[in-house]
Amino acid sequence: MDIHEYQAKEILQKYGVPIAAGKLAYSPAQATTCYNQLGTPACVVKAQIHSGARGKAGGVKLCKSEEEVQKATNDMIGTRLVTAQTGPQGKIVEKVYIEAGTDIDRELYLAFVLDRATERIVAVASANGGMAIEELAAERPDSIVRVPIDPAVDLRRFQAAELAFALNIPKELLKDAIRAITGCYRALIKSDASLVEVNPLVITKGGELIALDAKMIVDDNALFRHPEISEMRDKSQEDPRETSASDHDLSYVGLEGSIGCMINGAGLAMATMDMIKHAGGEPANFLDIGGGASPERVAKAFELVLQDKGVKAMLVNIYAGINRCDWIAEGLIQAVQSIDLKVPLVVRLSGTNVEVGRKMLKDSGLPLVSTETLGEAAHKAVEAANRR
Amino acid sequence: MSILLDEKTRVIVQGFTGKIGTFHSKEMMEYGTRIVGGVTPGKGGSDHLGKPVFNTVKDAVRETGAEASVLFVPAAAAADSIMEAADGGIRYCVAITDGIPALDMMRVKRFMRRYRRERKMVLTGPNCAGTISPGKAMLGIMPGHIYKAGNIGVVARSGTLGYEAASQMQAAGIGISTSVGIGGDPINGSSHRDILEMFETDLETRAVMMIGEIGGPQEAEAAEYIRNYMTKPVVAYVAGLTAPKGRRMGHAGAIVSGKGESAAEKTDILKNAGVVIAPNPSELGSTMARVLKERK
Repeated sequence: MDIHEYQAKEILQKYGVPIAAGKLAYSPAQATTCYNQLGTPACVVKAQIHSGARGKAGGVKLCKSEEEVQKATNDMIGTRLVTAQTGPQGKIVEKVYIEAGTDIDRELYLAFVLDRATERIVAVASANGGMAIEELAAERPDSIVRVPIDPAVDLRRFQAAELAFALNIPKELLKDAIRAITGCYRALIKSDASLVEVNPLVITKGGELIALDAKMIVDDNALFRHPEISEMRDKSQEDPRETSASDHDLSYVGLEGSIGCMINGAGLAMATMDMIKHAGGEPANFLDIGGGASPERVAKAFELVLQDKGVKAMLVNIYAGINRCDWIAEGLIQAVQSIDLKVPLVVRLSGTNVEVGRKMLKDSGLPLVSTETLGEAAHKAVEAANRR
Repeated sequence: MSILLDEKTRVIVQGFTGKIGTFHSKEMMEYGTRIVGGVTPGKGGSDHLGKPVFNTVKDAVRETGAEASVLFVPAAAAADSIMEAADGGIRYCVAITDGIPALDMMRVKRFMRRYRRERKMVLTGPNCAGTISPGKAMLGIMPGHIYKAGNIGVVARSGTLGYEAASQMQAAGIGISTSVGIGGDPINGSSHRDILEMFETDLETRAVMMIGEIGGPQEAEAAEYIRNYMTKPVVAYVAGLTAPKGRRMGHAGAIVSGKGESAAEKTDILKNAGVVIAPNPSELGSTMARVLKERK
């Protein structure tokens, strides 16, 4: 789960990471009040969306007066900000973070990330902060330092010091830096995050160390033990179709094509989408109905898939393992009978009790195309979509 | 022969008496798996499905000589149960549970390193369908009847796509020595490479079908192993060609977050290592059939 910058900073601050003074505002009036409360001559108005690269998209504005704060906030709130990471539909800005201005001397990069290759948390640091890590890796790979952390003993002080030296932290800030670096690591561990990224971590002209931006991704599987972080979920930042699916324990990803998919199992779902592409079509979505394909879940999944305006044909591919094809056929028949299905439906059932399931589909008299193999199903679905 | 388990392997079920554990224990016993008991803390001393229940894995191992365990413990307690199995002397553990926090798995992997090689546990999963040596035994939730016994090894991240592969191979008359689900999580017990190494040394495995997916470095690591050490032919397919970058496709680990993690890149890496790539997911069986014919 992604959380906002202001939420990540709240967490980091709890673990001793220094941040600039800041306040959250939902309207221009609130924003100017925040600005006056901060009492600094300059402030930065930052759109709170689940995306990086906000600066280039106009989501970060330096302001030096009430009027400027008012205008910047007014320009941002209610708009959809399109960044290099959001896709063309962008993300809605519902709130802005008003942060005291900082005189930046140097920008550094610091992150802790769950590394799948080493199966450990790895600290990543570079004295060249400010740009995205991908760019950094491409342009200044020699400036990146990586320190793997043994979970049995956690981040050691010598490792935090190594990182601080790699960041060229001046002597008088060394202690602060070690505290901040350790704080970021502890925040990750205590929050079950897979990423804590501070980019940039800055040294101000006044000689202070500050986490100027912050990004955190929290492991969905661990939210059950972090109720306070679960509450940070912001559904406005999600695709509403994905939200609705997750409310029903279905896994859904909206795409751009014309063939709606309903499949059990993530791997089979991806393979079916690949097969559609191979057959010359484009999938409209990824929908994994999971293990228990009860009539209710099937009905909900149909509803979700058919919501996509671009859907010209629908493909159902179920491999019944612990499920049984006759149960699934029953669910399908009920679901199709209860909705007004306007697009052709191609069904492929396989696995336990497949003959019974196929016969039930045939006997139902419903206008669906029943197929036997994955390849046949994808070709039939693409054909059907192309005819319309 | 087969890898990891056969009809003689003594198996206990962790989370034996729960609804899911009960259902699948019955299925596994019907298939022929030698289940010798189960563990449910607090229910030690009772019987379930005609087998003894123990409070701890250590008790179960001492009383039954169990070598393997299959785990249906809920996600919040699963990591602890895996560590208990490793500590209790279990040699092979299959974790079926979905939804284990990634940092828990990180600690599990670290914990498992404390044992000397001779008694170190092998873990497959979590978030997988399990492992089956067709005609002998199964540890998991798969439909046993779609697997024909034979001499092709299968290693797959996904459960249902593994079923798809098994049934295409069955249709083509090709049998399986052992099929191992390694699961869809970012940190898992055994990687593609770990399982390939076992198949390479297994006398009755002639060739391997490997089914990967987007996300993570394991297919590339496997490619490196295949290029340098593997003598048996490998057929592979990597799912998720149409998956957009940065989107999680169902499995916690199925997300393209960096270089080399997309299906296209992984396919290229494998092809360059000498792996035969199935051109699409409906030709898994036919591609294997062609490779076997060529190598006869």
